[in-house]
Amino acid sequence: MIPELPLFPEQASTMAGPVDQLYFFLIALSAFFSLLVAGLIIAFSIRYRRRRVRLERPEDFGMLQLEIGWTVLPFVLSMVIFYWGAMLFIDLRRPPADSLEVFAVGKRWMWKMQHLEGRREINELHVPIGQPVKVTLTSEDVIHSFFVPAFRVKQDAVPGRYTDLWFEATKPGRYHLFCAEFCGSQHARMIGQVIAMEPADFQAWLSGTERGAAPVSMAEAGKRLFTDLGCVTCHQTDDSGRGPSLVNVAGSAVELSDGSSVVADSAYLRESILRPQQRVTAGYQPIMPTYQGLVGEDQVLELIAYIESLRDRGSTPLGEVTQRKTEAATEGTAG
Amino acid sequence: MPDSHAASVPHAHHHGHDSHAGHAGHAVAHQFDDAEQQFGAATLGMWIFLLTEVMFFGAILAAYAIYFVTYVDPFEDASNHLSLALGALNTVILLTSSLTMARAVHAAQTADARTQVRWLVRTLALGAAFLVIKAFEYGSKFEEGLVPGIGFRYDGPGAAQHELFLSFYFALTGLHALHMIIGIGVLLVLVWMARRGRFSAAYFTPVEMSGLYWHFVDLVWIFLFPMLYLLGRH
Amino acid sequence: MTPDPSSRTAVNYLNVDYGVRSWLLTKDHKRIGFLYLVSITVMFAIGGLAALAIRLDLLTPAGDLMGDDTYNKMFTMHGVAMVFFFLVPSIPAVLGNFLIPLMIGARDLAFPRLNLASWYIFILGGGITLYAVLTGGVDTGWTFYTPYSTEGSNTNVTSAALGVFVSGFSSILTGLNFLVTIHRMRAPGLRWLRLPLFVWAQYATSIIFILGTPVIAITVLLVAVERSLDIGIFDPALGGDPILFQHLFWFYSHPAVYIMILPAMGVVSEIIPCFTRNKIFGYKFIAVSSLAIALLGFLVWGHHMFVSGQSVNASLIFSFLSFAVAIPSAVKVFNWTATLYKGSIGFEAPMLYALGFIGLFTIGGLTGLFLASLGLDVHVHDTYFVVAHFHYIMVGGAVMGYLGGLHFWWPKISGKLYPEWLARVSAVIIFLGFNLTFFPQFVLGYLGMPRRYHVYPPEFQVLNVFSTAGASILGFGYLLPIVYFAWSMRYGKVASANPWNAAGLEWATPSPPPPDNFAETPVVEDDPYGYTRIDPGEELQVA
Repeated sequence: MIPELPLFPEQASTMAGPVDQLYFFLIALSAFFSLLVAGLIIAFSIRYRRRRVRLERPEDFGMLQLEIGWTVLPFVLSMVIFYWGAMLFIDLRRPPADSLEVFAVGKRWMWKMQHLEGRREINELHVPIGQPVKVTLTSEDVIHSFFVPAFRVKQDAVPGRYTDLWFEATKPGRYHLFCAEFCGSQHARMIGQVIAMEPADFQAWLSGTERGAAPVSMAEAGKRLFTDLGCVTCHQTDDSGRGPSLVNVAGSAVELSDGSSVVADSAYLRESILRPQQRVTAGYQPIMPTYQGLVGEDQVLELIAYIESLRDRGSTPLGEVTQRKTEAATEGTAG
Repeated sequence: MPDSHAASVPHAHHHGHDSHAGHAGHAVAHQFDDAEQQFGAATLGMWIFLLTEVMFFGAILAAYAIYFVTYVDPFEDASNHLSLALGALNTVILLTSSLTMARAVHAAQTADARTQVRWLVRTLALGAAFLVIKAFEYGSKFEEGLVPGIGFRYDGPGAAQHELFLSFYFALTGLHALHMIIGIGVLLVLVWMARRGRFSAAYFTPVEMSGLYWHFVDLVWIFLFPMLYLLGRH
Repeated sequence: MTPDPSSRTAVNYLNVDYGVRSWLLTKDHKRIGFLYLVSITVMFAIGGLAALAIRLDLLTPAGDLMGDDTYNKMFTMHGVAMVFFFLVPSIPAVLGNFLIPLMIGARDLAFPRLNLASWYIFILGGGITLYAVLTGGVDTGWTFYTPYSTEGSNTNVTSAALGVFVSGFSSILTGLNFLVTIHRMRAPGLRWLRLPLFVWAQYATSIIFILGTPVIAITVLLVAVERSLDIGIFDPALGGDPILFQHLFWFYSHPAVYIMILPAMGVVSEIIPCFTRNKIFGYKFIAVSSLAIALLGFLVWGHHMFVSGQSVNASLIFSFLSFAVAIPSAVKVFNWTATLYKGSIGFEAPMLYALGFIGLFTIGGLTGLFLASLGLDVHVHDTYFVVAHFHYIMVGGAVMGYLGGLHFWWPKISGKLYPEWLARVSAVIIFLGFNLTFFPQFVLGYLGMPRRYHVYPPEFQVLNVFSTAGASILGFGYLLPIVYFAWSMRYGKVASANPWNAAGLEWATPSPPPPDNFAETPVVEDDPYGYTRIDPGEELQVA
């Protein structure tokens, strides 16, 4: 049996090609300079090996010109690489507007995935090919990192905040998912698979028809939590409760008690659930208790999905993020 | 150390009490050429040491500043847990001690041993007074349940950030107090040396260096006092 | 000055006094350098054994040699021992201690007692860390990332962190001592631009010691305090920020890489002129680039955090500055290469190490560009690509420089010659073993194998087997110098004052030097590296 000796990872996302181009360019550049230095060392070593008479070397042969040359040339080259790498990075950091949203929570030592439509998975993530997918990440305990080599993407999942990454898979298959930030005993076993599927197969999978019962969407699950936890007693649909109404809050600007304002993005909503005293809506008392420890990160995500679904038609304009999410979700179910 | 060798080294002063080494019975250490070089080395060394101290306190102050910017309101509220009166009193005490320390450095060059000791002891007493007041402050924090980790009982609005603020309060003032304790130890040694008549116009390096250190520790407090105590009052 | 090397009656720093007490209470910078040599060799052996265990375990995808936790403790032990207790002190504390006063014509460092205290502090810090390892180990990695180190791990993080904290003061005091010594104690006529480049490199390193080390000290102290007292500086549950720890950690730990590599660059800058019989090319540029690296090195820490959630703008700035800091390193490589031009090049062991250094450092530096490129770093961050890159810098660079320097100055340190042929053979073994160990890891990393993985998918196995095979060769290569250096202390041929016909004040005094270094304070009248005044035909003294 000839053992497998791969030298190069599979390209399975739209970004894999561009990243690899920079990689190859840098390999060529490195090979050139390594061979140049090594070649000169070897050539000089042979040509000028130890001798009894001194070769006359002018005190300053082309000194300043050489010094300037080999300062400026590397600088120019490195700026080219900087620009190239920076452009790629900006692309990698900016999810396209029509991205499908999924959520991943790291917890020692597993990845818990949630789809807006309600399917949950452990250590597996099903995605369609040909569509950008944005993964929102957080962690229940320590820092983890979501790494899919075949897609050339990686992002840390940090407790207490949301981070994200995106990719667009280009061919169906099963790809490694690794945790890339050391997280304890079974760090190396915190691995899984991203399963890229044809869109139709993905839809079939998403609606749960393969297994029978249709899943409960994240917003629906959030609504149940909202009732079970008693949130609904203070946060009513009109402004009659002890807390502000949450209709249309997501994505809008919220006036705070200290006079400043904040956009109610998912980070703010999460904070308001777990550390409600932090930034209180203007006109309300800081009386909401913390839900830290009562809800897990996956449940927080469900509550946020529910809050984001609270809309009445024709009112204040929705936040851009939320809009995209709703559209993507609609498209997803329609397709 | 063999004499045969020592004799061949013109500038070497091998023994602490070399007869031709410096004034007032103080020796120039063997690695230095003269007292001037030795004093220059000591001064530069002290300044470099203070630079590392700046980085030491600077790192934790930077962390504190970042959190303060993030949590302005809760931090301002939390600063009301501190006793402004005691903090202000300690500021006055430390500033006064800087003055007495400066007088001690001056005395080391110009005055007799008794005067030197007097100024050093005054500085020492003020430093000790600072620590006693600090101890009372810490004690009241224990009683009020405001010590993070050990017994934090405050559960008003923004309790978590109050705990964060108080963590910094104890870390910063604790490090500062540790420096004060070291400073008092140094002063005790200086008193002992001064009583034995070690210092004179020709040799007062230890007092001068300790003075730099003492002023630095005061300066740290001048940063800590407004950053911790005065946040909630504006 | 014509010292008599054959006279064993001459008083030198080794024979001036005998007994354990005379060593443990010494204030002689040369003896303290020797104490460091012995202590860091022990730490190197500990870190090396851990490395060997790691490589053996990775022979198979299932990691059959040990359990998960044991493996995690092994790589932590390897990292902590190698970084904090071997690489950081290696060249400064051993060769710097020994050579700086000799090179600048001083009788000792400015503060000999402080110097001895530094060594005791180092031993205390090392002892605390070893205690942490022996009583159960630590599993956070040498990076101590929060919140894993503060809440996640249930190993001896507190004592390990305290050990690192304590040893930091050893670095600070050593750096302070060097800076004052270089400023105040230079021999008459030894102007700044006549200083050997090794001294320039130590000067730059000392700046990092005194500015960077306090930050890591307070940071690991906060981790220890947060862990033991349960206060929450970095705890996200209190609104603390675990990323802040990374900022503070890398503020020191990136410059720490320059603590390791700058002194090695200094060593190479001494060896190459000697074995080419040439003046060094671009003296001022090499000197200034050391300072540039030391200062710019403080502004690039965020390139360790491109995927941490750090803002895109911050990442752009850190990436730009990281490319900028690469330039002075490139300048050095070109200047060393140009020094070979029209030289009279000999290939004694120190020169083999120096040439090996240039090659490996070039590869290490160029692969650094891969990591500084934002879009590419996303993929290779925290993979074996990073592991390979920094081993090319720290082992291919710093350790090669350290070994080269140890061979170069061994006659001066011990008064004996090491066996030249054996040394050349081991230099070649180390070079080959090193490349076989770490080159496959570049490929592994780009394939996607994350670092700190105890088990891995089977398709990575072949490259891991190559790496382990290389590590065995490398381990054997490192064993040889330890053995023959120890052997030569007793049985080696007696070295003359200047076996290499080298320029430099340290060669103008007997080997080993007398306790006060120079019979009379030397007066410097020329620029360094006056090899054009030395007859290239004169035989070197080798064993």
